[in-house]
Amino acid sequence: MELLVNIVLLILLVATAGALVVVRGLLASTMLTSVYGLLCASFFVTMDAVDVAFTEAAVGAGVSPLLLLLTVAAIGRGEPRPVGALPVLAIVLVPVTAALLIIGTLDMPPFGSPDAPAHTHVAPRYLQLSGEEIGIPNVVTSVLASYRAFDTLGEVLVIFTAGVAVLLILATPGQRGSARPRYVPDNHRDPHTILQIVSRILIPFILLFALYVQFHGEYGPGGGFQAGVIFASAIILYGLLYGLPTVCRVVRPAVVEWLSAVGVLIFGITGVFAMLSGRPFLDYSVFADDPVTAQHIGILVVELGVGITVASVITVIYYAFANQFETAES
Amino acid sequence: MLSHIALLPVLLPLIGAPACAILRRPVFAWGFASSVAALAFLSAAILLKLTFEHGVIHYSLGGWAAPWGIEYRVDLLNALVLLLVSGIATTVLVASRTSVWHDIAENRRGLFYVACLLCLAGMLGIAATGDAFNLFVFLEISSLSTYALVACGRDRRALLAAFNYLVMGTIGATFILIGIGFVYMLTGTLNMTDLAQRLPGLGESRTVFAAYAFIVVGVCLKLALFPLHLWLPGAYTHAPAIVTAFLAATSTKVALYVLIRFSFSVFHLESSRLALSLEAVFITLGIVAVFAGSLVAIFADNLKRGLAWSSIAQVGYMTIGIGIGTAAGLQASLIHLFNHALMKGTLFLALAAIAIQVGGNEFSKLRGIGRRMPWSCAAFTVAGISLIGIPGTAGFVSKWYLVTAALAGEQWFLVLLIVAGSLLTAVYIWRFVEIAWLDSAPEKATGGDGEAPSVLLAATLMLALANIYFGFDTRLQVSASGGAAAALLGEAAQ
Repeated sequence: MELLVNIVLLILLVATAGALVVVRGLLASTMLTSVYGLLCASFFVTMDAVDVAFTEAAVGAGVSPLLLLLTVAAIGRGEPRPVGALPVLAIVLVPVTAALLIIGTLDMPPFGSPDAPAHTHVAPRYLQLSGEEIGIPNVVTSVLASYRAFDTLGEVLVIFTAGVAVLLILATPGQRGSARPRYVPDNHRDPHTILQIVSRILIPFILLFALYVQFHGEYGPGGGFQAGVIFASAIILYGLLYGLPTVCRVVRPAVVEWLSAVGVLIFGITGVFAMLSGRPFLDYSVFADDPVTAQHIGILVVELGVGITVASVITVIYYAFANQFETAES
Repeated sequence: MLSHIALLPVLLPLIGAPACAILRRPVFAWGFASSVAALAFLSAAILLKLTFEHGVIHYSLGGWAAPWGIEYRVDLLNALVLLLVSGIATTVLVASRTSVWHDIAENRRGLFYVACLLCLAGMLGIAATGDAFNLFVFLEISSLSTYALVACGRDRRALLAAFNYLVMGTIGATFILIGIGFVYMLTGTLNMTDLAQRLPGLGESRTVFAAYAFIVVGVCLKLALFPLHLWLPGAYTHAPAIVTAFLAATSTKVALYVLIRFSFSVFHLESSRLALSLEAVFITLGIVAVFAGSLVAIFADNLKRGLAWSSIAQVGYMTIGIGIGTAAGLQASLIHLFNHALMKGTLFLALAAIAIQVGGNEFSKLRGIGRRMPWSCAAFTVAGISLIGIPGTAGFVSKWYLVTAALAGEQWFLVLLIVAGSLLTAVYIWRFVEIAWLDSAPEKATGGDGEAPSVLLAATLMLALANIYFGFDTRLQVSASGGAAAALLGEAAQ
């Protein structure tokens, strides 16, 4: 059964990728990108990587196609026909890369084999000892937030960098600070009454679910990345239906920009605490006498930092793109 | 704090970047970023001293022992690259104020320095870590911030250049990730030392071959090794002057470090059947890069673009050193890595100063510039002489070790080509000398006249003097690179 699902998903994935190459028109490409993201998320679910699927569904299928849509709306949906000669080099290189990828699979351990090195060397310790050492049921969270917490700090910094990069590039001349939307009353757009009412009912639940995912990450799939994305999507939904000026009055751009840095700092300073007591960076054992409690505290705090940065950066990026769109429209 | 010294060079800019984002005033951001870089440089200097005295320094992040946790494993090679990158970053950031105020709009300056610190944290993180995936994470940080920094350039072509760089860089990063994924699948570990122990047991696995191939191609994209250099001229030409100075002196160096680390410490290029063919590839591509890069540099209309092509040529020399395949060759490559950062740092900082005064780096604007900006042009000329490799400069030391390594391998033809490459370098440096010093200035001088702002000038002169200093006192780069090369090949011989 699972094999069948995998085959169907893979065929759809290839078909979507093919369609993306062939299709002309930016709107269609954007929608196909979204489909591709959703298929990837489903694929992650069948591989039991629910934590990743969560984020992919929100970012790959939701937020990034939305950003593309805002751009398409600002620049127009037409795509000029490519001019010039056939890209011969690319046509040669792509099959070579594909061949190399296939060669790479030849000596791989069988898919899902319990004897594969990935399951017999480092991973068993996580599975066997994380219960004692960290004491939380979700091993993914243990690895992410404690064993390899430094990678996670790096990933949070990657997200922060993305926010900085967008603000830096989309900064509008003459505005103080950065790409902040102008506060003008939004009267040129038709009100979407039904959608507005439905979203007003939905948004509290989305926010609540985000908090659940944030604090339940120790027990089930979830954590700061997923929660941050879900939280931001509620803000974006509000912005889409009520207009950028309205959402900016509720969630102020300056505050969000500030929070995106604060989240990273929370994570970083948690790590520095250990150094002050002579322990290595990000060693949580300084937070309590009982090592397991200490791990709990450390993981909760750093996940909070992750959640704050992810939610803020995605909101910041949305504001910057939506602002471009509004500027282009007026 | 001394026990944390291995982490400090990375941690300071890593925490400094978000802290810098909270500062509102650009002047504070500049002061803060410069101080953070200076502290990172100081800790890198102590770290290098400690690695000289005590050998390899280990640091387990989170208190989890490798391979379960992430480990920093700093040997001479790591420490040398850390010192170089943080030193260049400090000089460039301190010097940057007037140039950044000239190139970048008021509302972007604060974030510009945040991006600089992120880029620095990324590059130092790559150079310090002993974990293959951690390396990728920091590669992402440095790449993303670099794209944004390049896009800050004065005219809109910077956006296209940054986009080209982004596409190429993302392909490179993806290839590296695929390679790391393959080796994880085969070994179940991400720690480099652990990988090095477990990979040989797999024999001639085709998956290992594919993994190495992906990593090499990915890293060479970042390194801008011919023919994967297409992003570089645009990015360097259109980026803000300060960004070019920073990147040209650091980012390709870090990429070269990654290439060497994966080739010798992880994959044992030495003991592999691949070695011979790969060495030939590195030498051939290196020679083509030297000649193609230098020839384009000679005919460039814009000096900044010319020097960007020159960087492609200089990368060629470094890969030739790797291709020679001996400890001496590797050492020559590392020495050139160090010296070239000094040269290109000086050259591009001098160009930044010139750009402030005359509004660009086109040759048409540079006529007689030597009379108006004698000190900046003198610094440029000194670094240019060093780039050619004339005795008394750091560049000569590079060429000397490279030629000696080639002679030891009895590769006469290679020696000839290296010397010929130097002559081509002399041509495009002479072109500047002729226009700047021998041409009379146009009647109506464009833009402001007079020397560069004092801080920028002081930093440029300091780097120029470093080119001379390291041409005489070669202890630092020679002993560090010698020890590093021996360790790399020693590891591989096991």
